[in-house]
Amino acid sequence: MTSAAHSSGALPASVDAMLELLTSRGYLAERSLATVTYLSLRMGRPLFLEGEAGVGKTEIAKVLSAALGRKLIRLQCYEGLDVSSAVYEWNSAAQMIAIRMAEAAGDTDRDQLSSDIFADRYMIKRPLLQALEPDVAGPPVLLIDELDRADEAFEAYLLEILSDFQVTIPEFGTVKAPSPPIVIITSNRTREIHDALKRRCLYHWVDYPAAERELAIVKSRVPGISAKLSQQVVRFVQALRNQDFYKSPGVAETIDWATALSELDARSLTPQVVGDTLGALLKYQDDITRMQGETLQKVLKDATSEN
Amino acid sequence: MAINHLAPEQTEQFADNIVGFARALRAAGMPVGPGAIIDAMSALQVIDIGSRADVFTTLEAIFVKRHEHALIFKQAFNLFFRASEEWKHMLDSVPLPEQAKKKPQAGARRVQEAMSQPRMTETPQHQEQDLRLSVSDREILQKKDFAQMSAAEIAEALRAVERMRLPQAELLTRRQRPDPRGLRLDLRRTLRASLRTGGEIIDIHRLGRIEKPAPIVALLDISGSMSEYTRLFLHFLHAITDARKRVSVFLFGTRLTNVTRALRQRDPDEALASCSAAVEDWAGGTRIATSLHNFNKLWARRVLSQGAIVLLISDGLEREADSKLAFEMDRLHRSCRRLIWLNPLLRFGGFEAKAQGIKMMLPHVDEFRPVHNLSSIQELITTLSRPLPPHHRSLIRSAA
Repeated sequence: MTSAAHSSGALPASVDAMLELLTSRGYLAERSLATVTYLSLRMGRPLFLEGEAGVGKTEIAKVLSAALGRKLIRLQCYEGLDVSSAVYEWNSAAQMIAIRMAEAAGDTDRDQLSSDIFADRYMIKRPLLQALEPDVAGPPVLLIDELDRADEAFEAYLLEILSDFQVTIPEFGTVKAPSPPIVIITSNRTREIHDALKRRCLYHWVDYPAAERELAIVKSRVPGISAKLSQQVVRFVQALRNQDFYKSPGVAETIDWATALSELDARSLTPQVVGDTLGALLKYQDDITRMQGETLQKVLKDATSEN
Repeated sequence: MAINHLAPEQTEQFADNIVGFARALRAAGMPVGPGAIIDAMSALQVIDIGSRADVFTTLEAIFVKRHEHALIFKQAFNLFFRASEEWKHMLDSVPLPEQAKKKPQAGARRVQEAMSQPRMTETPQHQEQDLRLSVSDREILQKKDFAQMSAAEIAEALRAVERMRLPQAELLTRRQRPDPRGLRLDLRRTLRASLRTGGEIIDIHRLGRIEKPAPIVALLDISGSMSEYTRLFLHFLHAITDARKRVSVFLFGTRLTNVTRALRQRDPDEALASCSAAVEDWAGGTRIATSLHNFNKLWARRVLSQGAIVLLISDGLEREADSKLAFEMDRLHRSCRRLIWLNPLLRFGGFEAKAQGIKMMLPHVDEFRPVHNLSSIQELITTLSRPLPPHHRSLIRSAA
């Protein structure tokens, strides 16, 4: 436990309070997710969320930052992400101008010059460095999104930041966060993340929600949707997840689909309207092809039957 | 009720329980270090230990670092901290470590099984004969079919395979490093160097892009019809796993098994033994379509997303060849950079793709090669180490 966790009064004091906090912002979390989130805040440990795309991993960082009134700093990972785009970069153009100015002024003290131009104001701070800076509202929420897309070299670089919350800049020295940021790391598991990194985090697998919770999510995220339609939507999606698809629809897709249907003023699911909007739910042509004909009829019948 | 509100002896008991539990997990094959135990203790200080579900989630978040371990954890937890009524007494009754130890046997049992089936270990008496193989013998060996080798020759071939190394460097990444002939200017280093001359730029530093080997994913058929070849291929795959970082190996017969971690062990015999321990369907039937389906569904996105080259090592003798096979092959082909099919049947001069399965698979591969002797493996290595096809390279260059 860090002293920071104690000093900030805004953090929830129990798992139930955490659950309430998330719910108040429209994030209907499973209790297990609330528990690990609470723990990660209390222990000052990064939270590593893994799971299929569209189950709400990224969303939790956004909700946390809004609910706690902290700044959200997002680092979207991609292949080739390096220190200069993730941590800091020197503003070389400005530095060169500074050198020329010094020359023109007849200033020839080299040591003075080098300490002048490697100063804070010539540094372009990228997300990771920003996250280490003190903030009036309290330590920010740092979202390291889709870490599996970055390459191993970057992952190794993160180890120092995540365990000591500091970075070392050769020309400048070490920057250490006065109090560690709240770190949320997400991964879609397009590759395995090294154990060394996971060891520094609390790990949680975010699963698809149960029908009841998903229904509640749809109702809260798609206001104005009829009770009947929302129920059918959720049943339909849950049935799809049992099918052997290449990519099962996530919660994000459910919300998209429900929104699409309510935009179209659909009252209930019919083969016609489902066929037209299936693209909001399934993202692979093979899956859509498989969904036609009998499979569609069957799933639709199950979803729309009254019980 | 948090743990720090307990009486000292209760706290101690509780700590003992956690340590015992962590040990049980370790015995079940989960990597649980002492750091995790300390974490667990400090986590339990901030949650209500009266709630079984919360303690479960808390310990899970700390001890489980891979989704695959979640199931083991759940079973271990239920066994260790038994039913819900007993949960209340968790603090005063130390759950029996003996019983907890009994449960997780999965790994241990497989090892025992592996011990009793010495299919992967070499018999030492061949050592003596090996020495007699002269240079000319080796030349013959290069051409000899694996299926016709004597035990001594196989031993020699294994050694040759072990020596094979894939050359590195193939794929241009988006990462950069200092390179005097690089295309991009390294402003930061140029500027730093200029400070030595009072701001005058004399040396220009450049950045070039880092090249790294493309990942390799091998899918090895271990069905009965391939049995003469499997061991050699495993040795070959072990050798390349040892030499490169990103190699994933899957074995399939009637089901698919990921043996990448097993093959990472340094000693080839140990590695092969743990491979065979992991596989349940050794030298059985083949269900290529089903295995490929499982691969496509469960693993393709995880291991192919970095532009991997796929080696499919199989004779393609599939009985249930139907449109499913073609579909899965097509999917596999579309999700990787290059799909190379290695087929030992190609050794026969007049080989024709008559079998239904082979006909269905052929249209979806980039390359179809024989692998039945050392020289064909050597050729494979040469192929793999060739630069990427020109169109691909220019694509990457132009994106720079």
